Amino acid sequence: MSPEKTEQVLGRKLISLFDSHRNHISRYDPPFLQGIRNQAMESFRKAGFPTTAMETWRNTNLERVLEKDYNIIFDPPEAPVDLENVFRCEVPDFNTHIISLYNGWYISRDTPLLTLPNGTIIGSLAQALREIPELAEKHFNKYAGAMGNGLISLNTAFAQDGVFIYVPDGVEAYKTIQMVNILNRDDDVMVQNRNLVILGRNSRLRLVHCDDSHNQQPSFTNTVTEVFLDEGATIDHYKLQNLNNSSTLVNSSFFYLEKESRLSTHLITLNGGLIRNESFVRLSGPEAHADVFGIYLMDKNQHVDNQVFMDHSAPVTTSNQLFKGILDDQASGVFNGHILVRKDAQRISAYQSNRNILLTDKAVVHAKPFLEIYADDVKCSHGATVGRLDENALFYIRSRGIGEYNARLLLMYAFAAEVIRRISITPLRNRIDDLVKKRLRGELAICDQCVLHCSQEEKRYSFDIDMSKI
Amino acid sequence: MSREKNGFIDSFTNQEYKYGFVTDIEMETAPRGLNEDIIRFISSRKAEPDFLLDFRLKAYKKWLTMKEPRWAHLRFPEIDYQDIIYYAAPKRKPALSSLDEVDPDLLETFNKLGISLEEQKRLTGVAVDAVFDSVSVKTTFRKTLEKHGIIFCSFSDAVRDYPDLVKKYMGSVVPYGDNYFAALNSAVFSDGSFCYIPKGVRCPVELSTYFRINTAGTGQFERTLIIADEGSYVSYMEGCTAPMRDENQLHAAIVEIIALKDATVKYSTVQNWYPGDREGKGGIYNFVTKRGMCKGSNSRISWTQVETGSAITWKYPSCVLFGDNSVGEFYSVAVTNNHQQADTGSKMIHIGKNTRSTIISKGISAGFSNNSYRGLVRISKRATGSRNFSQCDSLLLGDRCGAHTFPSVNVENSSSVMEHEATTSKISDDQLFYCNQRGIDTESAIGLIVNGYAREVLKQLPMEFAVEAQKLLSISLEGSVG
Repeated sequence: MSPEKTEQVLGRKLISLFDSHRNHISRYDPPFLQGIRNQAMESFRKAGFPTTAMETWRNTNLERVLEKDYNIIFDPPEAPVDLENVFRCEVPDFNTHIISLYNGWYISRDTPLLTLPNGTIIGSLAQALREIPELAEKHFNKYAGAMGNGLISLNTAFAQDGVFIYVPDGVEAYKTIQMVNILNRDDDVMVQNRNLVILGRNSRLRLVHCDDSHNQQPSFTNTVTEVFLDEGATIDHYKLQNLNNSSTLVNSSFFYLEKESRLSTHLITLNGGLIRNESFVRLSGPEAHADVFGIYLMDKNQHVDNQVFMDHSAPVTTSNQLFKGILDDQASGVFNGHILVRKDAQRISAYQSNRNILLTDKAVVHAKPFLEIYADDVKCSHGATVGRLDENALFYIRSRGIGEYNARLLLMYAFAAEVIRRISITPLRNRIDDLVKKRLRGELAICDQCVLHCSQEEKRYSFDIDMSKI
Repeated sequence: MSREKNGFIDSFTNQEYKYGFVTDIEMETAPRGLNEDIIRFISSRKAEPDFLLDFRLKAYKKWLTMKEPRWAHLRFPEIDYQDIIYYAAPKRKPALSSLDEVDPDLLETFNKLGISLEEQKRLTGVAVDAVFDSVSVKTTFRKTLEKHGIIFCSFSDAVRDYPDLVKKYMGSVVPYGDNYFAALNSAVFSDGSFCYIPKGVRCPVELSTYFRINTAGTGQFERTLIIADEGSYVSYMEGCTAPMRDENQLHAAIVEIIALKDATVKYSTVQNWYPGDREGKGGIYNFVTKRGMCKGSNSRISWTQVETGSAITWKYPSCVLFGDNSVGEFYSVAVTNNHQQADTGSKMIHIGKNTRSTIISKGISAGFSNNSYRGLVRISKRATGSRNFSQCDSLLLGDRCGAHTFPSVNVENSSSVMEHEATTSKISDDQLFYCNQRGIDTESAIGLIVNGYAREVLKQLPMEFAVEAQKLLSISLEGSVG
């Protein structure tokens, strides 16, 4: 007999934990949820953790991550958490409605489920499942449940809390909602939270989702977010990831787009040990449109993996993907983009592009842009490039009197700016712009705090050159 | 206009596969099924040396432990490997020294195929090695080639006459355990072509092999080994056909190419196995492993393929760019119609410094077919200063077919540059309208557009093949826009 694989050890532990805590986990569940949990556990039992033998996990090896013996937190924090101490948002002029998940649990100063005057509901998912089960039931696990992935099933079985947002028909959420996910524990912990966002007809929401670690403790976050966009709804979604180098984050997002709805999502990965973003976008009504943008700046031994599954299941839908990455030291990056155009989904435009710059010989990129097309009236294209900075461009800039170091920074910044400039919230764009510059200069390793409240004073950088004068 | 288009479809679907006849030739076959005894039977039939039998048995043992690959974007029923005849040969006659001694029926077959060995010999100056079912029938032009020291013969002859070369190179590019079908081939391969170009020789004629499956219930497992010694050059062509049958026949071949320092090998294929009827019944399952090794520095291997046949194509001609500054190229046009399925592409493995590779793949799907490009470009740490350019385009003709692209890219150093781009589209009404407006009817317009689309690849083919390929392409696609 071959020795038992580590992931099997952890898998078994989780299965037995589930069995022993089953009642505890689902103590507040509405009746519909219990069946879902048991079913999900059943499929995890069958599927187990993903391994590199699976095509989409080929270049992301979880073995090292699963070696650790993680603790699971079954109860919310007892003492009230002083949020002010842990978290301060210092993005200038960034006026947001902040909601927080602390070690996977929703914490709030007032009520766990807040209804705003315009009917928007913001709060804890656990609470929403209890108070408004009929709304939650319609969408909960409807999009994630269809994917037979072990980690997603595990999340469905274990997740007890997360964020719930509901924007009623015709309402434009008045403020950007900022959702902060903070990890602050002294032990190795596995956190599984679940978010559900429902947008009514012609509603509009801007959501910023930040993942931060507060210390250097290893952790494993497995989060699932489901977003439903009803006809004509629009969401602007940003995901900022700035975790410590020993943390692992698997973030699966499901977007279900009805007729004429629009999605714009940005995945901004600045730091983290192993980060995997899975975005499943289903365009299921005509004239739905999805933009998926990503930027990743990795160094040391960091690993980032972006997976996009763009499912054009209705005619006249459009999508656009742009992922850019700069990899330094021994960092590795994976991009796996899959465009599926189903039968009879005619008149489709789908574009996909992945560009990478490798700064050292030890950095690695794996790119796999897939097209799977079953309809003929389509315009699809994809491209992937891996390379270094353009020597000619570098020479040109240097010949204009700019030193090599700054010339390189300028080029790298210009490379990243294509994604950054698509961020539509100005204060956020300025902040990220600033952070990327810092990151490129090597000034921003992991801050102890969130990427958005980095306490350093902003200063003018030497390569902030007014392009109009060149 | 749609009625006009439908007319084309009818005229196309009524078109017969013109190579679908069967030749009645006395054959010697092995019993159905596969086991060690069959392998020993094949080996003893061919009076092989021990090392080859060992190689076969090792491959067979490995094959038993392997599983049929199912990762490709193909759908096909379980293949019963025990229901295949692994050896079928025209009844043995004494060794042939001239064409006159070849069975006239056999010659007639090749004449029908347009591969008149005589003609070829006399007029075109192409040396042909024809493989009928499992056995190489005749190699023309052998004498002329011998003058230059070029060895071009059947694989069995090579085993007999040049065992050292065979022993040294066979399995060095495609090891017997490489994949399921390669292992199967290594265990039961019957014959094939062998080619050796000595140092500094530029092969004066195009070498050509013609493969033909004839007997029912057989599989064809041939093996090609091409060795280009330092500074040599060879252009090699391969063609294939099979009779029309309701059953699916298996073709699992291996092609190995070794290019030593400064050598260039150009390998062109026009694959026209029987694709099955319009309901998707019958046709050849084509599971082929083709790989070239640019062993020496500055060597170059170029694959060009035109794929129009087979019910299923599973084929990834690859280059291992081992020598510094070596070059790998892959040009492909794959056409699928009716219920054909193709999963084809290329692998470029960059190991040496400053290696370069190009992949140009053009897929055309029509009817109910599925056409996939699957590729891998790996630039390893050592391969500094390497360059790859890949382009794979798909053209969809009809709304019931599929076109897919599965490229995979791994880059492990910072001084290399890799670019990949792909597009999928259909022939637009604008383009057709433009042609119509200029007095070109729809059918010719489609031919024009498709040929223009595939031009980049077709121009890589040697003259003899380019003509055949262009004809094939226009036949395969006539009126299939609906």
